[in-house]
Amino acid sequence: MTVISAVLCPGCGCLCDDTEVTVEGDQIVKVQSECAVSTSKFLNYNKHRSTTPLQRVNGELVQSPLNDSVDKIAKMLIKADYPLIYGWSLTSCEAQKKGIELAEEVGAVIDNSTTVCHGPSILGFHDVGEPTCTLGEVRGRADLIVYWGCNPSSAHTRHIKRYTSKSTGKFRESSERKVIVIDVRKTPTAKGADIFVQVEPNKDFELITAIKMALQNEEIEEKSVAGVSIEQIEEIAEMLRSCEFGVLFFGVGLTMSEGKSRNIDCAIGLAQELNQWTKFAIIPMRGHFNVTGANKVFTWQTGYPFAIDMSRGYPKYDPGQTTTIDVLSRKYNDATLVIASDPVAHFPKNAVQHLTSKPLAVIDPHLSLTAYMADVVIPSAFVGIETSGTAYRMDGIGLIMRKVIDPPNGILPDTEILEMIIKRVRELKGE
Amino acid sequence: MARFILLSGRSLVQGVAKEAGKFSDKYLKEVTTCQIDPDDIKDFNIEPGTNVRLTAEDGSSVVLKSTQSSLAPHRGSVFIPYGPYAGILISSKTGGTGMPSFKGITIELEPTTDEVLPIKNLLEVNYSRGISK
Repeated sequence: MTVISAVLCPGCGCLCDDTEVTVEGDQIVKVQSECAVSTSKFLNYNKHRSTTPLQRVNGELVQSPLNDSVDKIAKMLIKADYPLIYGWSLTSCEAQKKGIELAEEVGAVIDNSTTVCHGPSILGFHDVGEPTCTLGEVRGRADLIVYWGCNPSSAHTRHIKRYTSKSTGKFRESSERKVIVIDVRKTPTAKGADIFVQVEPNKDFELITAIKMALQNEEIEEKSVAGVSIEQIEEIAEMLRSCEFGVLFFGVGLTMSEGKSRNIDCAIGLAQELNQWTKFAIIPMRGHFNVTGANKVFTWQTGYPFAIDMSRGYPKYDPGQTTTIDVLSRKYNDATLVIASDPVAHFPKNAVQHLTSKPLAVIDPHLSLTAYMADVVIPSAFVGIETSGTAYRMDGIGLIMRKVIDPPNGILPDTEILEMIIKRVRELKGE
Repeated sequence: MARFILLSGRSLVQGVAKEAGKFSDKYLKEVTTCQIDPDDIKDFNIEPGTNVRLTAEDGSSVVLKSTQSSLAPHRGSVFIPYGPYAGILISSKTGGTGMPSFKGITIELEPTTDEVLPIKNLLEVNYSRGISK
């Protein structure tokens, strides 16, 4: 029995680095973690998976040799006029880099799951910048935390204890911190807040604007805005203005609601304005453990963080056109390779309809819903459990994910599978 | 039939259950739950635990099990955890951002005696190819 401490958790964008995993033989038998999602991930990662590649024959997925499956994916991508390569948030930066190489080789649109979580946040950062800081600075110094449109008690379960209201940092006791939660429902996070502000659905932009007006002592000629009384808006403005170090964490409640990227423009503007009076930062609550890394790697490689069209031989970035949901729902692409993601489980109906009406290949540790509907499936090693690799925490800090157990025989890391596909593509193209 | 704002999102149970597998009973139970404000349940005579049909503006619909929300009040809006059932209702219009509206879209809700489809059947009914399982 081996006990491995300081294991990074591939559960969410917090990348907690204090998980303790006990390995016996070829199994993880115990996980020491305060997070239910993390524990479930480490104890269940090896279930519902195939240990051999699969191909669809007469409507059924049957076991197939690895080389033949690699060949099928290479041919699918070469044959397609406008292939889509999507996913990337649950794998390593090293694999993401290979993905860009493959997309360039076959002239694909390559996109990561930012496109359905914080894509509008990135557009907001393009528009007005990003006054940010690290989670370490939050833990060390922040005395006011705002959670807007996010519910870390359910989605990032240790965020509050490690970094915000229940953490004690070098220069800040937990008892000195105040928490404001702004959301459309009284979530578990809201129940633990000092102040809960219930905003009407789709009215976040109006509320942020009203808070900005209150900050500047401008008169608001209404009794309430977005379901929030002017008195409460003025109370929030005063708390924001008078803190020593505030941080606004925002989630997909802002990015997915009406206004989308404009909500983020406005929220960033609020954080920027607050720096007239105090220190204030804004950080998106990134969900998948390496979706931030996907943005970093894609930007290093192409200049753009997601939704990159390589069909012209050079990177083109046009959110609204080259973003996955738009590509699928307008039926632009004629084949798709999905890696480290499960779009069938989450995408809108007509996007999935097109995805599953064209050739579809999947590289994933799990037999996901998308894998069950694919033509070719290559199982891969689980990054952060069965193979190491670089990942980026939600605040942009790069960390090395550890390997704690061997993958089953014959299961390769994403990097090696992608290398095989790239090599086969080049062979088929006669390069 | 009543009109509501649909909010889909993460729940702790959904996050834990998806790691146990998307064909697990726990995952199915969570992602087929429609959480409704207690006052809306009274106003629209919905018996918690009975099935409701949710229909999107494009006519797409799913049957889910109603439950009384523990995060009330949120009158006029219903919550469904992320999953393939919520996906049926989500609009793919992105408004030039790439982001579909997972939150804040209008749906119609009505009681029904129809059954909640298992995931395999849901995918077969809505998509051009079935799943191999």
